Amino acid sequence: MRVRSLAALLLAGGLALTGCGKEGSPTDTGAAPSQAAEADVKVDGSTTFEKMKSRGKVVIGVKEDQPNLGFKDATTNKYSGFDVDIARLVAAKLGFDESKIEYKAIASAGREQALINGDVDYYVGTYTINDGRKEKIAFAGPYFVAGQDLLVRKDDASITGKDTLMGKKVCSVTGSTPIKRIKDEKLTEDANITEFQNYSQCVSKLAEGAVDAVTTDDAILKGYAAQEPDKFKVVGAPFSKEPYGIGLNKEDKPLRDKVNDILQAAMDDGTWKSIYDATLGKSGSPAEAPAIDRY
Amino acid sequence: MSVLTNYSDLFLKAFGTTLQLFLFSAVGSLVLGTILAMLRVSPVPVLRAAGATYVTVLRNTPLTLVFFFFAFAYPLLKILELDPFKGAVVSLTVYTSAFICEVIRSGINTVPVGQAEASRALGLSFGQMLGNVVLPQALRTVVPPLASTMIALLKNTTIAAGFSVGDAGAIMYTFSEDGVNMLVGLGWVAFIFILLVLPLTAVQRGLERRWSVAR
Repeated sequence: MRVRSLAALLLAGGLALTGCGKEGSPTDTGAAPSQAAEADVKVDGSTTFEKMKSRGKVVIGVKEDQPNLGFKDATTNKYSGFDVDIARLVAAKLGFDESKIEYKAIASAGREQALINGDVDYYVGTYTINDGRKEKIAFAGPYFVAGQDLLVRKDDASITGKDTLMGKKVCSVTGSTPIKRIKDEKLTEDANITEFQNYSQCVSKLAEGAVDAVTTDDAILKGYAAQEPDKFKVVGAPFSKEPYGIGLNKEDKPLRDKVNDILQAAMDDGTWKSIYDATLGKSGSPAEAPAIDRY
Repeated sequence: MSVLTNYSDLFLKAFGTTLQLFLFSAVGSLVLGTILAMLRVSPVPVLRAAGATYVTVLRNTPLTLVFFFFAFAYPLLKILELDPFKGAVVSLTVYTSAFICEVIRSGINTVPVGQAEASRALGLSFGQMLGNVVLPQALRTVVPPLASTMIALLKNTTIAAGFSVGDAGAIMYTFSEDGVNMLVGLGWVAFIFILLVLPLTAVQRGLERRWSVAR
């Protein structure tokens, strides 16, 4: 009997799992400005740029599982989101239109190696600039400053910031910096911490009420909130600073300068803001363009 | 070496969790697997069918899916709340017991039918026949495949890392976040796994020598 009910349970589980598939439903990205490719671009002394030119296309490393940031629609295989639009903008200003872009989805753990190996020309995907990474690769930007924040259910008024987390169940990605910060600062009890391999799993746990908050950079959380604004909200009290940069090969200073110029121009002429409004801005929280750090 | 010393706390805690996962689910799956094997050879057709269904379903389901079920689908049924560690033990147990069942059943098949017939002729019940005559002989012949299943279980525990259990499989995530040299870090993880498997193989050899059945 026990065996039979277990079999029934598993069957039910299978059904529930297939039901979960709607997680990555296609999102309307609004109207991010499309960029016309610049003609006759020159980046003197850049080996990466030479490689792009001779190849005839640009290979960009992105994320594919973060809605409104770097997201691949499983049905159309199209990439969308804030990071992807920034990547497109840079490509256009380097002289490559949409048809000459090859996206490569690379998870966080493989980013440095992909840049060092030259598997990608540049990487745009919630890439926090820090000193450890600067030793291996180079960063252009920042093009956005995120901060660790909390995603909660829309009707939950009891969590207003990091100091109200005691006794609440918090979820984030295994071994990530955000969850480490929660542990190190003892913001909630250890038994209340849940860690999964990606944020969408945490978000589904949040929806079903098994956890009370999902924590990571607000940019990522805003992406989820923009996807389902009736269900979730971002608390809006960031408690860290995560400047996002565009990852480049360490040796290629000319290209870094060029990308910095492109970003600066986009911030000055309003392109940056229109990209933000069409993607992360849909979550309802505004953002300011950061100052470029030419180190 | 510096990776090992810098992260000694992480290694100790993670491998401690791995060992706990292994011990609990090894005991659990040995018990459940033996019961399943008994079901599969029982004279009652319903029980046989139940045992066969269980084994077919679980053996054909990837372990990750079993974990997914207990992490994401099972809680929706609201039967009994499982924390991530218990959920991992349950997942590993239900999965591994299907394999243990088949290993033991193959052992039962090595015992000549005449022995079962003789014990029934002596008036032993089905349970007595299985428990006193067949299973003891069956278990002795399946020591090597049983040990292989146990080693597989030990390595399978790393899947729990994706489901909120901080075992050895989770070490990698910390390394990638901290920018530690992955080759060195994962080399140490692999090395410690070898150290953990060695006693298992030693036990296997010892039991093989002691228990070998002369036929």
